This record gives sequence, structure tokens and C-alpha cells, in this order.
Amino acid sequence: MQTDVQKFAATPGTHIEMTYFDALMQAQVEEMARDERVVLVGEDVAVYGGVKLLEQFGRNRIWNTPISEGSFTGMGIGAAINGLRPIVDLTVGSFLYLASDQIINQASKLRFMTGGQIDIPVVVRCCMYPVGSNAAQHADRPYPFFMNVPGLKIVSPTGAADIKGLMKSAIRDDDPVLIFEDNHLWTVKGDVPTDPDHLIPIGKADVKREGKDITLIAVAGAIRATMEAVDALDEEGISVEVIDPRTLKPLDHEAFKSSVAKTGRLLIVDNAHRVCNVGSEIAAVMAEEAFYLLKRPIVRLSAPDIHVPFSPALERDFYPTKERIMQASRQLL
Amino acid sequence: MRQFKGGKIPGYLHTSVGQEAAIVGACLAIGDNDAMTGTHRSHGHPIGKGAHLNALMAELMGKEGGICKGRGGSMHFADKSVGIMTESAIVGGGIPLATGCAFSAKVRGVDQVTLCFFGDGAVNQGTFHESLNMASLWKLAVIYLCENNLYAFTTSLAQSHGQADIAQRAPGYGMPGLTVDGQDVSAVYEAVAQAVNRARVGQGPTLIVAETYRFDDHSFRSSSRALGYRSAEEVEKHKRDRDPLSLYRKVLLEEGENEENLRAIEDEVTDDVKQALQFALASPMPRPETLPDYMFKSSLAG
Repeated sequence: MQTDVQKFAATPGTHIEMTYFDALMQAQVEEMARDERVVLVGEDVAVYGGVKLLEQFGRNRIWNTPISEGSFTGMGIGAAINGLRPIVDLTVGSFLYLASDQIINQASKLRFMTGGQIDIPVVVRCCMYPVGSNAAQHADRPYPFFMNVPGLKIVSPTGAADIKGLMKSAIRDDDPVLIFEDNHLWTVKGDVPTDPDHLIPIGKADVKREGKDITLIAVAGAIRATMEAVDALDEEGISVEVIDPRTLKPLDHEAFKSSVAKTGRLLIVDNAHRVCNVGSEIAAVMAEEAFYLLKRPIVRLSAPDIHVPFSPALERDFYPTKERIMQASRQLL
Repeated sequence: MRQFKGGKIPGYLHTSVGQEAAIVGACLAIGDNDAMTGTHRSHGHPIGKGAHLNALMAELMGKEGGICKGRGGSMHFADKSVGIMTESAIVGGGIPLATGCAFSAKVRGVDQVTLCFFGDGAVNQGTFHESLNMASLWKLAVIYLCENNLYAFTTSLAQSHGQADIAQRAPGYGMPGLTVDGQDVSAVYEAVAQAVNRARVGQGPTLIVAETYRFDDHSFRSSSRALGYRSAEEVEKHKRDRDPLSLYRKVLLEEGENEENLRAIEDEVTDDVKQALQFALASPMPRPETLPDYMFKSSLAG
């Protein structure tokens, strides 16, 4: 099987530079063109970001819904068990709570509860917002809640090539997949394979930067502050290996262990609130299964156990910053 | 019942006794290729839609030969082979799913209809409001069939509905709503058949309220009977005067069907149930190592 490295080392001309957002749109356009069962459902999707899709595919494939998050998500799940492959766009991560009953009690359980009779090929998209005075009801990172639910696959791509490849994998998957996008990654550019079958397997982490002193696992949007910190640390002579899990369920613990076997030090940066977040889970598994590899205690950086504030003065240092990541890295050595 | 009391049926047991006509009348009005969603009171729907009794009885006992391989149980009797997509034990949880099944038919351009069962309790869930609005907006081919048995567990209609005429909710969504005698299998059939005709020609959804009654307690093991939320006299009166099986038997005899034929049919049903019981008792329990089976279609990497 072709590895990711081989895939990304394709010959010149097979990649095109584009933003994360354009790559996300391209994935949807290609998959909708490839499979007429793929439809897009959500609030304002025909206007926001969906204009190109509407022009190309028409109103029978792009469905602007009433403000009924719980039931249009359930409708997407119902359509999935009856022949379609819907993409349900919930737009704002915090809206997932409204749809959570249908995602948890229906989508995640139907296959199991029916003894495998039912396939549920539904994709649920949402976007998470970084600083910008969105306040507490539009700024959550709800992925930890859903990680505690069996039966869901959860991805959190951070680069243009990754969002395209993981979005396509999610749409082609026969199980429910949640996609957590990050708004402050939308404008980030990257080289994206033009291959219409560019797929990134769900469940595989990616080494974004090789290093030898510290393993740093950056979850979802934490990658931006992380890369800035890592560049600065490099100038100080500290070599950090950065791993992007890309998939949060299932986590690629083997990739984390391989890196920690090399560095002996682990820092996890996760912008979700600190209690029971992705960092908690990774730290627990590493303590259980790879304690002997660690030279120092695991360090976690997260948003505090406090709601996201509105005021810029309160919000500025709310998420792990470049400075805090640098400081934590130095202390680990 | 004997099997439940004898410890062969674990968990809770929600029987549909008393509600047979509402279920069967509605199911007869749709075809094999039509879809259906049901409720926690899930025993009647698959029987009405034509599922095989053996696998249903085995499911009640948590057996490997159960229709859901022992993973679903009394509240989740789905049988996709006869169009029963799911039975939701979250009250009102199946309403968006049924709406989605009908949405799929619209997108795919097929004339499949979806029959959505729920109870009077589910009418007060947000999913009812949100789903009926979308179905009406997009003229989806779905029949919302409310089995109004007057009680949501122990809470009566009067205690939980500001306006107790459930069919009156329909005009608020821009769809027809009607109430039928749910103990009269022919009346239910006629109402649903008309709604199916409307749905198939693109005229959208209908809300049908079948007035029925639950003869047994909410579930066996819930022990709510002792709480006195409905009187023994009320239950006995319904069993005596409003049993849909007796009522339809009487109609058939009046229409000239002879007693012997009816007895033969009843004996046949009894034999089927006995056979299902034997199948279920003989079916093995699932092996513990099969616990993770059926979690995912494509296995997890990582």
C-alpha cells in the first residue's frame, strides 16, 4: 500500500497551491460530481460557501434548511440509512450540542443496535472559531464530548491537503464521520494533490516536523501557535517533533509512541478546555502503555476550565500561545 | 409473558397489545419497498410490516439468531429486509429519521413513501415540530402516524398537552391532519391509504392520529400499574369494549366470514408463535468475543 510520504512525493504538476477552505470546497465538488448520492444539507449553505456548489449541482443536491439543527441532522442520518450520502453542515461547533441527540443516540448506535443491518454514511461538518470575540456560545471546541461516544469517527484536519484527503475519505466512508474544521486555518495555503482519488486514511497521524528533543502533539487549530513556537525554538537549538493527530477517533497512539521512543519528552497542545480533552486521553494512554519511554512527566497546554470570554483583553491569551508553548518546551528539557 | 416471567426475556418488555389495529391497518396501506420507522413499543410494527416472527422472538431473548443479533432487544426491532429502518427508544427520535428517509426518496426521484410511527408523548418533542415543518416545506412523502394511547408512560394527554386534539397541530404546519378510530383496522387502513396516495403524487405529508389504548402496563418490570395513573375500570372497559381483534372478528362474521375459517387462521397464528418460541429458545446466546461486531462498516485503522 502506498504510504502518505509516497503520495505526497508525487511528480511536479500533480499539486496545486490552494487555501484550506478552497481544498475543502474542492473535496465536496469532486465527491458530489463523482457520486450523485452526495448531498449537502445545512443552514445558509446555498449562500455561504455553497454558491459554486449550487451552480454546478442545483437545488436537488444543495439544501438550505430551516433553523432546526437537531432535526435536519436527524434528517441527514435518515437519508443516509435510506440511500443517500449526506454532508450535514452545522456551521458552528457549538451548534453540535443541538444535534447531539441525533448524532449520539441515532447515528452512532443504529448500526450496532440493528446487528449490522444499517449503514450510516453521513458526514457532519462544523467549524470552530478562534479568538475574535465570538463569546461563549459560538466558540466551543466540542470534539472531546464526541470522542467519548463509541461508533463515531472524528477528524480534525489542519492543512489544505489534509482537509481535502480526509473530507473525501469521510464522504466515501460508510460510517458516520464528524469533521471539525478550524476557522483560522481557512486561509492557510498548502500544496494539494490534484488526484481526484487523493484520500488520507482516517486514523493516521502525520509528522508535520521532524525533531529529536521533544514530541509535541498539536491538536486541530493548535497547530498554528505550535509551528510559530517550534520555529522560534529551533533558533534556540531546541529540536521539536510536531505530530498532528489529524484523526481524533481513533487516535493513532502508535505514531505518538514511535516519536516519544525517540525524544522521551511529550508536550500536548489542545485548544479545548482542559478537563477530559484530547490531551487527557493521549496522556492517559501514554502513561499506561509507554511510561517507560518518558524521561520527564507529560505536559499539557489547553484552554482553561473557563468559558470563552467576549472581551479581547480577556480572550487574547485564552488559548495556548506561542510564548507558553516555548516556555513549556524549555521546561521539559 | 410466561417467557418473561420465567426469566427468558431480559430487560424491559413493551407490548403492543391493544394497539394492533392502528399498526396493522397502517402497514397494510404501504408496500414492501416503502420505509417505516417505529418506537420503543417496537413489537407490533415489524409484525405488521411482515417480518418473520422467529428472529423477533429470538431478539427478545438476546439471542444470536435475533433480528438484531441480540444487540437491540425489545425496543429496537429493526428489520431492513421489510423496510423497517429503525425503532427509536428515544421518544420522538425516529421522526427526523423518517423525514430523512422521505427526503432521500425525493432527492432520488423515487415514489417510495415512509410511514413514521410515534406516540402521543412524542408530539411534545422538538423533533416533531422541526420535522413536520421540513416535511411540509419540501412536500416529502411521509405519513406521520400517531398511536395515541392516551398515556406517555404514566402522564396522560390532559396532563401534558395544552391542546389535546393532536390532529389540530397539522394545520400549523400546512398539512392535513385527521383523527381515526385506531381500534378499527379498516378505518386506519382507509385513512393511511389516502395519505399514501397524496404522498406518492407529490402532495406531501399527512398527520394521522389513531386513537388507541395500551392494554398492558407501559412495560413489564416498570411496575407503574401500582401507581394508579389509570383506573382498573378504565383498562377493563377498553379490554372488554375496545379490543381491536374482537371488534374486527365481529365485523368479519357479520360480513359473512365463517367461524371455522377464523378459528383456522387463529390456530395458524398460534402455531407460528409456538414455532417462533421454539426457534428462539433453541438459538444460542451471542459469544462474548463477538461484542465488538457491528460497530463499524469499515474497521478502524490506527
